[in-house]
Amino acid sequence: MLVVDRAPKSGREKVQIAGFLAPALILLAVGLVFPALQTSYLSLTGRNGEFVGLDNFVWMFTQPEALVTLRNTVIWVVLVPLLASSIGLAYAVFIDRARGEKALKALVFMPMAISFVGAGIIWRFVYAYKGPEQDQIGLFNQILVWFGQEPKQFLLDAPENTLFLIAVMIWIQTGFAMVVLSAAIKGIPTEIVEAARLDGASAWQQFRNITIPTIRGSLIVVVTTITIGTLKVFDIVRTMTAGQYETSVVANEMYTQAFRAGEPGRGAALALILFLMVLPVVVYNARLLRKQKEIR
Amino acid sequence: MSTLPLENKDLLPDVKDDSTGGRPTMQKRVRQRLTSRTATAAAVVIAVIWTIPTFGLFISSFRPEDNIKGNGWWNVFTDREFTLENYADVLSPGGSQSPNLLSYFVNSLAIVIPGTIFTLVLGSMAAYMFAWGRFRGKDGLFIFVFALQIVPLQMALIPLLQLFTRVLAIGDFQLLPSGTYAQLWVAHTIFGLPLAIFLLHNFIAEIPGEVIEAARVDGAGHSTIFWRIIVPLATPALASFGIFQFLWLWNDLLVALVFSGGGADVAPITQRLAELQGSRGGEWQRLTAGAFVSMIIPLAVFFGLQRYFVRGLLAGGLKG
Amino acid sequence: MANIRSRKFVLPVAALSVSLLALAGCGSEGSDSAGGSGDADCAAYESYGTFEDAEVSVYSTIVDIEAERLEESWADFSECTGVEVAYEGSKEFETQIGVRAQGGTAPDLAIFPQPGLLAAQAQAGYLKPAPQEVSDLVDEGWSEDWKNYGTVDGTFYAAPMLANVKGYVWYVPATFEEKGWEVPTTWDEMTELTETIAGEGEMKPWCAGFESGEATGWPGTDWVEDAVLREHGPEVYDQWVTHEIPFNDPRIVDSFDRVGDILKNDEYVNGGFGDVRSILSTPFAEAGQPVLDSQCAMHHQASFQAVNWPEGTNVAEDGDVWAFMTPPIDAAQGTAITGGGELIGAYADRPEVQALQAYLASAEFANARVAQGGAISANKGLDPELAQSDLDRQSIELLQDPNTVFRFDGSDLMPGAVGANSFWSGIVNWINGSSTEEVTQTVEDSWPAS
Repeated sequence: MLVVDRAPKSGREKVQIAGFLAPALILLAVGLVFPALQTSYLSLTGRNGEFVGLDNFVWMFTQPEALVTLRNTVIWVVLVPLLASSIGLAYAVFIDRARGEKALKALVFMPMAISFVGAGIIWRFVYAYKGPEQDQIGLFNQILVWFGQEPKQFLLDAPENTLFLIAVMIWIQTGFAMVVLSAAIKGIPTEIVEAARLDGASAWQQFRNITIPTIRGSLIVVVTTITIGTLKVFDIVRTMTAGQYETSVVANEMYTQAFRAGEPGRGAALALILFLMVLPVVVYNARLLRKQKEIR
Repeated sequence: MSTLPLENKDLLPDVKDDSTGGRPTMQKRVRQRLTSRTATAAAVVIAVIWTIPTFGLFISSFRPEDNIKGNGWWNVFTDREFTLENYADVLSPGGSQSPNLLSYFVNSLAIVIPGTIFTLVLGSMAAYMFAWGRFRGKDGLFIFVFALQIVPLQMALIPLLQLFTRVLAIGDFQLLPSGTYAQLWVAHTIFGLPLAIFLLHNFIAEIPGEVIEAARVDGAGHSTIFWRIIVPLATPALASFGIFQFLWLWNDLLVALVFSGGGADVAPITQRLAELQGSRGGEWQRLTAGAFVSMIIPLAVFFGLQRYFVRGLLAGGLKG
Repeated sequence: MANIRSRKFVLPVAALSVSLLALAGCGSEGSDSAGGSGDADCAAYESYGTFEDAEVSVYSTIVDIEAERLEESWADFSECTGVEVAYEGSKEFETQIGVRAQGGTAPDLAIFPQPGLLAAQAQAGYLKPAPQEVSDLVDEGWSEDWKNYGTVDGTFYAAPMLANVKGYVWYVPATFEEKGWEVPTTWDEMTELTETIAGEGEMKPWCAGFESGEATGWPGTDWVEDAVLREHGPEVYDQWVTHEIPFNDPRIVDSFDRVGDILKNDEYVNGGFGDVRSILSTPFAEAGQPVLDSQCAMHHQASFQAVNWPEGTNVAEDGDVWAFMTPPIDAAQGTAITGGGELIGAYADRPEVQALQAYLASAEFANARVAQGGAISANKGLDPELAQSDLDRQSIELLQDPNTVFRFDGSDLMPGAVGANSFWSGIVNWINGSSTEEVTQTVEDSWPAS
């Protein structure tokens, strides 16, 4: 770094900027940009690398399961960020300055410490099914039995099985939302809170008029991050249903096609669709960035 | 679980009362209102729901194999039968050829710690430039880097592997040899950078401009500003992201499978656990115990660094 | 059979017994792993040559205890030839091998459980053709069929290694005796027995479990393959596997329905687990348990089911559990069985790699590995007496019997898009309620045009 500082004055700024950005940008160029370009080309090729034009995309939008896969992805990407962020936020607010805050945080954070595969194991256990005449080993079915209901195959019945998978993702991501938002809440200057108190604001008013606006930046970061994470989710689907029973999502289908079915072209085409789906998030963040610049 | 829906219903009216506002001015401190009885109850409900699945797994990990497969973990309250065998099993897999999980633990640390640090250093440097540097096309470039997050990992593995084995190699000599930590560090850093830059940028951009301007007027260059001002002020953010990056890397299996070469010298604990599941699956007793063994470090990291989450993001730094 | 390969066979056995003694010594003394290095009879390994500083990396799907046994079975080879083996087993092998080959980090040797995957790697130009030495060894020790599984477009690439026999039906002999049930000798008798057991109402006739992570459904493909081979014979089976007849050929549809008569009937399945659909959520490794618990009478699974029983279960004709081969449809047609196996493909052609490849294809290796238990091989030089269980012995005899019609697991031979994808998901949808016509049509549509 010091070397960078000693560069000639005229070009010094430029050299410094380059020095700061170059390592990251070079790594990104070879590790992500190049693969992305390669994937784009791959999406136009067939099983043996021959050029097939848009065949892979045609395949994607003509096979009956494709619409289900796309529909599921949309459900995931709407529900997970929304619920994980709201529950995380609510929890962060509820436990703020509460007794045993650290322990309470740790409990909700714990799922983050379990890999997706581990989470898959845990929830397969929760949803496990045994026939009515057997002892249940799955908690949910045991609860149904206690209430005199027939045990149910939670993961087999479309379309609600997608919701049961989504619950797992929410379970994991809430910890992330909660921790980040809690830090943001702690960052709200005490003076503002004091002022609101003197004005006689109720808890809800404070939450709406102070907490939310102040942590809006963090909130957007959290929602954005979870949204992108959700679009890319494949471990949960892979470990719990392997995309069967109409639960597949684009990322899982991509993996299956590229690595199991030996159809890298189709996998690449799905990867491009994934990219298109995240564009709105990117555009929104870009606009926000521009707005921030204007304010400054 | 069974009683939770009922409790929730009980809670709802209270929450609504709160939300309609119009209550008389409270005399107590505002913050205490937020920890009112209702809120605490709601928090406890969420905590319980979030904990039960893991708790069930935890209990199961101490149950004998037959019990795990035969009935639910809640039966332990009536039928107390516990064993440490599952843990003994995963910690010291029998044969002479299989070292115990401990050495894989060390591998994991050797992969994850440098991987996290590299991502943090390079990511925060770039994030600082994107936030405070002045150059043409900055915003466009930042958005582009941000958008790279969506490049699926799975699609990038093969090109990256080819880079290591064919481009960064002279004859048989590889700059970053296969089956070493180095490849894993680089791979993890690359895959972590877009999110690191995005998240850290948002924190670093919120540092008050006056602080940085003042330093510039004093003649400080970017390096000085970065190390003397940005890093100290952004420490909580760096720590928070560092913890997440640590967890993500710790739990990674996909990247490890491709770059570790699988040898006992390099493979992380996740990879070993995947092997321990046995070739034909269904080994619940191993899965349950193994899951907990692999959770120890992430939880320790969380507890150890939790104070960085709790500390105010900017308040503490600015005053100090 | 054994007397034919006099020299070549006696020596390894001698070497083996010495090494077993050495091993026993190790066990009692503790960690002296080099014990017996001076004693091991290296004469048997002379033909492979000796090497210095030679390391060969091996990658496969075999993990855990079976991986240890595998490593044990080439320990003497390593010691005598100086070829160090760096072994790696992973359940992600099927996807990772392709990634590594493309990325330039392929292992020296890969042990393929699926000829279809091997063919894909060979066609992509990653695999080295097997040297003459290995080819000769395989001509000598294996049947032509087995050599063909390792041959792609006329070039011989991969030597066969271990095998397993599919289509066993597991049952508890004591229960059968007590109830007066007879082991069926034809498919019709099996159907009658199924009806009888269901009629008695004490237990379900069958239990099944197809859950296997992302491979969920494969045990069902085994069922269907068994039925196709037995109902229509090896020719139709081969045509079906190579897509000379469509996947939804009426004869194949018949075989699906034959299996469906059993598996898709709530009266007949799924003892200990629930209704038909519970087959899908039951892990295949646990699916046999109700047989022992008298909740179902029969369970269809390959020879490797033996390791899925709880520890201490005595697998024997007069033991806790035993198995009969899925019976033929027409008893006059003789025994036809399906099975699986492993093939050793080479990504490098260094001499030490070829030496190990040759060793793994040899009768010496087959004997050494089988003596460790839990594995069988179709190598003709294998001594059935080395088998560690009655079932292994029976399986070896079946494989070695010249009258046995043996066919490789069809889904492993089909292209990945079918054999490792649409066939599996087809089975899943089929059990979940879709009609045979619908399912076979979908699988047919997914067959890659090439």
